[in-house]
Amino acid sequence: MSRRTFLKASVAGGVGISALGFDLRPAYAAVRQLKIRNAREYKTVCPYCAVGCGTIAYVHGSGGLNTTNTIIHVEGDSDSPINGGTLCPKGASQMQLAISPRLRKSPMYREAGSSEWREVDWDFAMEWFARKFKESRDNTFIEQDAQGRTVNRTNGIAWVGSATVANEDAYLITKTMRAMGLTYIDHQARI
Amino acid sequence: MTNHWKDIKNADVVLVMGANPAENHPCGFKWALEARDENGAKLITIDPRYTRTSAVADKHLQIRPGSDIAILGGLIRHMLANDLHHADYVRAHTNGSFIVSGDFGFEDGLFSGFDEAASRYDKTSWNYEMGPDGFVRRDMTLEHPRCAFQLLKKHYERYTPAMVAQIAGCSEEKFLEMADIICSTGRAHRVGTIMYAVGWTMHTVGSQMIRTGAIVQLLLGNIGRPGGGINALRGHANVQGATDHAIVAGILPGYLRVPTPEQATLRDHLEASTPKPLVEDTVNYWGNYPKFLVSQLKAWFGDNATAANEFGYQYLGKQDGDATWLSIWDEAHKGRLEGFVTLGFNPLLAGPDVPRLLQSMSKLKWMAVIDPFLLDSAEFWRAPGMDPAEVDTEVMYMPTTHWIERDGSFTNSGRWAQWKEKAIDPPEGVQSDTWLLSELFWRVKELYQQEGGAYNEPIQNLTWNYLNPREPTLTELAKEINGYDRSTGRLLDSFGQLTADGATSSGNWIYAGSYTEAGNMMARRGTEDPTGLGMHHDWTWSWPLNRRVLYNRASADAEGQPWDQTRAGIAWNGREWIGDVPDYGRTTPPDGAGAFIMTEEGVARLFSSHLADGPLSEHYEPVESPTTNALHESVPVNPVINWYDGVRETLATEGDDFPYACTVYRVVEHEHFVTHNVPLLVEAMPDFFVEIPEGLAAEKGIENGGRARVWSKRGEVEGVAIVTKRIKPLLVNGKTVWTVGIPVHWGFVGVTRGAMANLLTPYIGDANTRCPEFKAFLVNVERAEPQST
Repeated sequence: MSRRTFLKASVAGGVGISALGFDLRPAYAAVRQLKIRNAREYKTVCPYCAVGCGTIAYVHGSGGLNTTNTIIHVEGDSDSPINGGTLCPKGASQMQLAISPRLRKSPMYREAGSSEWREVDWDFAMEWFARKFKESRDNTFIEQDAQGRTVNRTNGIAWVGSATVANEDAYLITKTMRAMGLTYIDHQARI
Repeated sequence: MTNHWKDIKNADVVLVMGANPAENHPCGFKWALEARDENGAKLITIDPRYTRTSAVADKHLQIRPGSDIAILGGLIRHMLANDLHHADYVRAHTNGSFIVSGDFGFEDGLFSGFDEAASRYDKTSWNYEMGPDGFVRRDMTLEHPRCAFQLLKKHYERYTPAMVAQIAGCSEEKFLEMADIICSTGRAHRVGTIMYAVGWTMHTVGSQMIRTGAIVQLLLGNIGRPGGGINALRGHANVQGATDHAIVAGILPGYLRVPTPEQATLRDHLEASTPKPLVEDTVNYWGNYPKFLVSQLKAWFGDNATAANEFGYQYLGKQDGDATWLSIWDEAHKGRLEGFVTLGFNPLLAGPDVPRLLQSMSKLKWMAVIDPFLLDSAEFWRAPGMDPAEVDTEVMYMPTTHWIERDGSFTNSGRWAQWKEKAIDPPEGVQSDTWLLSELFWRVKELYQQEGGAYNEPIQNLTWNYLNPREPTLTELAKEINGYDRSTGRLLDSFGQLTADGATSSGNWIYAGSYTEAGNMMARRGTEDPTGLGMHHDWTWSWPLNRRVLYNRASADAEGQPWDQTRAGIAWNGREWIGDVPDYGRTTPPDGAGAFIMTEEGVARLFSSHLADGPLSEHYEPVESPTTNALHESVPVNPVINWYDGVRETLATEGDDFPYACTVYRVVEHEHFVTHNVPLLVEAMPDFFVEIPEGLAAEKGIENGGRARVWSKRGEVEGVAIVTKRIKPLLVNGKTVWTVGIPVHWGFVGVTRGAMANLLTPYIGDANTRCPEFKAFLVNVERAEPQST
């Protein structure tokens, strides 16, 4: 019998003054609910190494319009045959990664020769990105190599990463970049 | 992994080499402890350091960094000299019986066919001898002097215990004690596994280290069996999946090949990529290559991929030469790379020779950095020692969502693709990677429509038929990856349904079956385990076809009976195979074909012409080594590695004062660099440090907790000195060799800051993968002030 069930049992039995000789009611009142009691559970996977530990993220918030949901706790998923609920120090502290105040919220641009960042909006960032991408592709695209063979590639742009994105995004990266004619494509597996 | 995490519990012997899972994969490593506690399994570590894994191992063997092939070659010699290998397995399931060309030879460190001017091998003499029937000649007695088994035996004869000890710096006795434990799994009723990681891959002979490990496991009959296999542990949540989906130079999703310039037509490419059977009884599954590639092109270009336009084959860029990391940055170093995009990655800290990398980055016209956190790489222009005014590279940093703000699947190192739920919305102002990629695609496509430009037919014709084309859902993408019957629109169940005529589409054939008409297989959460071996076929989904142990046909003998009934992978019951999802037709009888269905030999390769640096492995020294090559002084290092311009000048040579071996590693509290942002972990492991053996520290006057400076020919680091008993001096080639250890986790952005380990490492890579040689190089060490803080 744990301390909590002992206390509950004693109180539920209607014993005001217990055999211990003091009143347990204040102690019962102090028994708190688990903080995850009203949270919703999401089954996810640890973001760190490739063991693939199952984790459960507990989220507070109604999920309704104009509400902000917050992760209040992350723990190992005891159903997972891989980790059976356990987590290492990194996995156990992943909530601090998930909702870190260090997460950035805006694109930033650094001009040539500048020693500072400048916050920019997404439209500026994507216009710059698409423009640079097309310029470099046009500058360096090779339709035929020196031997006259069709090669349809650019070696002027490289795409690297990532082993941290989902399979579906990884696939979309490959599909898009191969269609753009890139061959310099690599990720963390190499290094 | 050939096997998977929970399967490690089935082993009798667990060899951990080139890895430190107690530290770096703690929750997976518990299955090794389960094997130890429940099966009485022996746990062995072989490592330059006494690691946290060693601390719970039965035996630990300390070796010099980069000497692994000597150890593994010694194991092969030991088992063959004492008949400890699994002879029936070798005969049934390997190419030991295959006769090799009479022109094959090995002398003074070089295999036959070496072209000195080109630094490469002409591999013709490594081929098999063909019989009049057009198939390889075989000798099932394994006694022919030129059969692969005898060539292997002869090759490793030089790896005597004395030679092993001389190269690796270990004692002969300890080596033999350990060898006997490992070789005890050569009996049918015993099985052993190997766990390895980048301690093997990150060498100029990295591929051959892994290959030698695979040869050991084949000789012991441990591949394909529950509790066996050769298992790469891998370091990132989806490093397996990103590799499967080919964010990788040289391959397309599902390990298809990037076309090359000499493959002018689709037909040329398919011919070059589709292997021909070398024996009569092989499934030769890669013979289906055309179905996989054409279905992929249909997924990418849809109705714009037709037989008339070679299914869009010409839309793919043809790669000439190497396109991996070192070559990419070499191109930048030469001023030819204009733009660099990095997503979910911190390249500046991850690559070797940071001083050279900084020069290369400064020569780019532009760099786009996409990540939830602001990274060192985005700020390379103000890295220590850099003058921003001198750097003309434009940089755009773009924050995107991270794992918990999106659904989608991660594939772990055991090949289990596990769907994860989205838990929270990203903060206002943050976009998903899918949005960013779509936005880039549409904007580039529209610019071409408005302005024209270089060949953009593939961009205009790329299929992007998503409900919201500006941000596809990951479910839509998962279905596209799985593939469809294009006439009915139904999702496929298996890659067995793919065709080469354009009637089917599949973005990645090895994921066919992951999202079927029955639903998202990757999201399944059944916990039952009827096999009792921890296979859990109803938990998520593993490629291929939910198979949990690769090559599982080899878990049974020639008659289809398990080598060990208590740990049966699959078994033939007279009508069909039962157990795991068979790596073989479910009703194909045991003598129907060879067990290794993916090889044109139908069996596993003890001897192989597929690698660049030899059909068998050989010990070569790291490019920076504290000693000569004891086997052949005239060929000290791998003769076919690529030397990028200017790299030789950055390596220590004779006369330089870099007497100590150095290796780099991780600690449990950090994941590469992203944990810079996690206060709890920074508190647990706050500072960069240098691990220095006691005797060396005493010699240099360095105190535990004081400071030490370590420098290589490329750069220097300084940090807290940890004076350690975990690394002993080794007697190598008659000389004492000290090894110093450096953790990799620090940079100049984040809650914690410290020296970048890769200031020290050399710009040289493996002969096959060009994975850099991070794990063995030379340094010098001195006391730095102040000594006590």
